Amino acid sequence: MSRISVQTENFDIGAEFAALTAGRTDIGGIGCFVGAVRGPVTAMTLEHYPAMTERAIACIVEEAERRWSLLACTVIHRYGRLCAGENIVLVLTAAPHRQPALDATAFLIDWLKTKAPFWKKEESASGGESWVEARLEDDAAAARW
Amino acid sequence: MADVEAPLTILYFAWLRERTGTAQESVTPPAGTATVGELIAWLEQRSPGYASAFANRRTVRCAVNQEFADPATRIGPGDEVAFFPPVTGG
Repeated sequence: MSRISVQTENFDIGAEFAALTAGRTDIGGIGCFVGAVRGPVTAMTLEHYPAMTERAIACIVEEAERRWSLLACTVIHRYGRLCAGENIVLVLTAAPHRQPALDATAFLIDWLKTKAPFWKKEESASGGESWVEARLEDDAAAARW
Repeated sequence: MADVEAPLTILYFAWLRERTGTAQESVTPPAGTATVGELIAWLEQRSPGYASAFANRRTVRCAVNQEFADPATRIGPGDEVAFFPPVTGG
């Protein structure tokens, strides 16, 4: 059972948490990751490939479900212009025990960073704009799974 | 499929969009264009902007029909081919 959303608006972590666990008594651990826009950049604009994005995220979630015994999973990724301090991405995973929940959460964000079609353009306080370059560390993080 | 005979839809994202000045276009490459790599070789000759977009092939990624692909991936009539930098989401 997974919920995937690609959206411009912010997400309510509490509401997503409640929806993930509503009516269930089989969940023993919940993993949560929130990615946010970090200064000193003042804002960033996230562009994505609409026809491909949800399918790519669904493939990543399916891979997580193959590897771990997940009971439920939520991935929300925002696009558009986001200011420093705003949320970008939410990953929630629910499992019978803590380890699959924690590992699947780390796996999902590592793979989202390297396999979902999003691109970030940063704005600096001086008014400059630049595309964020993919980092080798992110490839290494994705490859460790 | 051997050659591209019907128009392809081509999408460009991030700085490839900026350098080509195009987000989406419909093109009919020359007969014999059978792979993504051959398509790039034709596209980059169209203008200095296109040449600039594809100048550093190591930083260009692609998808065919919304699936990640590579220069050896075969293309056929009506395919949607997208070009973009390495992704930076999350």
